Amino acid sequence: MESDLLNVTLLSIFVSGTATLLASLLAIPLGCFFGMRKFRGKEVIRTITYTLYGFPPVVAGLVLYILLSNSGPLGSLQLLFTPTAMILAQTLLVVPIVIGLTMSAVSTTSKDYTETAIILGADSWRTARTVIHEARVGIISAVMIGFGRALAEVGAVMLVGGNIQWHTRVLTTAIVLETREGNFGYGLALGAILLTIGMIFFYLMKRYQDKGMLT
Amino acid sequence: MNAIQAKGISKSYRERKVLKEIDLEVEEGDIFAIIGPSGAGKTTLLRILCSLQPPDSGTVAILGRQISFKATEDLQLRRRMSFISQKPIAFRNSVRENVAYSLKVRGVEDRKEMVDNALQHVGLLDLADNLGMTLSGGELQRMAFARATVYNPEVLILDEFTAHLDPYNIKMLEDALISYQKENGATILTVTHNMFQAKRIARTTAVMLDGQIVEQNDTATIFNNPTDERTGQFVKGEMIF
Repeated sequence: MESDLLNVTLLSIFVSGTATLLASLLAIPLGCFFGMRKFRGKEVIRTITYTLYGFPPVVAGLVLYILLSNSGPLGSLQLLFTPTAMILAQTLLVVPIVIGLTMSAVSTTSKDYTETAIILGADSWRTARTVIHEARVGIISAVMIGFGRALAEVGAVMLVGGNIQWHTRVLTTAIVLETREGNFGYGLALGAILLTIGMIFFYLMKRYQDKGMLT
Repeated sequence: MNAIQAKGISKSYRERKVLKEIDLEVEEGDIFAIIGPSGAGKTTLLRILCSLQPPDSGTVAILGRQISFKATEDLQLRRRMSFISQKPIAFRNSVRENVAYSLKVRGVEDRKEMVDNALQHVGLLDLADNLGMTLSGGELQRMAFARATVYNPEVLILDEFTAHLDPYNIKMLEDALISYQKENGATILTVTHNMFQAKRIARTTAVMLDGQIVEQNDTATIFNNPTDERTGQFVKGEMIF
């Protein structure tokens, strides 16, 4: 029981952490680019991104399920019901959040800092670095919120992971299972662990964020 | 030689014509003030001269080189000039790092002495390690002055650089500006709606009303013997908008 709990907890951290990392690596540069540049279609991208904040996880899971199933275009990869599929599902859900919030953070910071950097003689590359540096508090918030979304997510990982014991069971899917079996106390305990992980992560990120605000 | 030369500058925002065919010549080494009421188009003109936004028509040459209004092409020229806005902002680091930024982007390695001198010049050396964002309005403006002058720009453009400041900070910045010009022979173009400031610091003054420069002359003549009726009304405070 204890080793099962440890396995479920560690897998939750691994899946959500990796998904957030992957999503951040993809979404932060895109969010910075969209936030800093003026181009046709920017508002369309913004609207799509904000709409995807509310993208139902179960729909994301279903799409990925179809793609990864044996008869789907990515079926040959044999990823369905693996932690990799769960990471992909959560990445899909976190990317729009990190793009949108990074875009907002950079857009808000952009004009004043861009002009200040330009008049002080910075070239385009240095100006972009300055704006991103000044927007870092908002970007850290984007990552924090993204991780929160990934950690709390249940529908998508249930579909593409299958909630297989020792293999793809994470805290949220375990809570669903325990609730179905009437083990409400154990389900609540798992919920407490989930919240604690979130709290520790947010505390660490907040400390980093505060440091970012001051230096 | 003219350090700043603008010809036929026009700019409109939607239907509103903010600048109407402005011609401006500022001689090298001059302290030149543009005075005029709020909304006359002064800030828009300065932003165009600094290559921060293009005009609808007209040309600008700084230090004999035409501005293209393309960031990369104007970079070398922009590095020979500087601009201080009415509301400067501090980067999220120390006062020293803020001032060093201008040198860093130019690849200057030995920055400490230059930064210390610039901060000393505006009386901020004691606050060098404080965060830029914790400075008061007057201190922030003085830091912006140090940041803009630490690399000795040949042309310095200021937009209401002492607006909303107390007399102590105004005096300190005006003194710093005049001594900077004397030491470096730089060309200064300042915009102000404070006529007394123009009187105190400028050798040449232009009066800008409703998107046009209505008169330009040496400062004493503008204030004591203006030729344009509107200039006379403005400098005597009799103009009703």
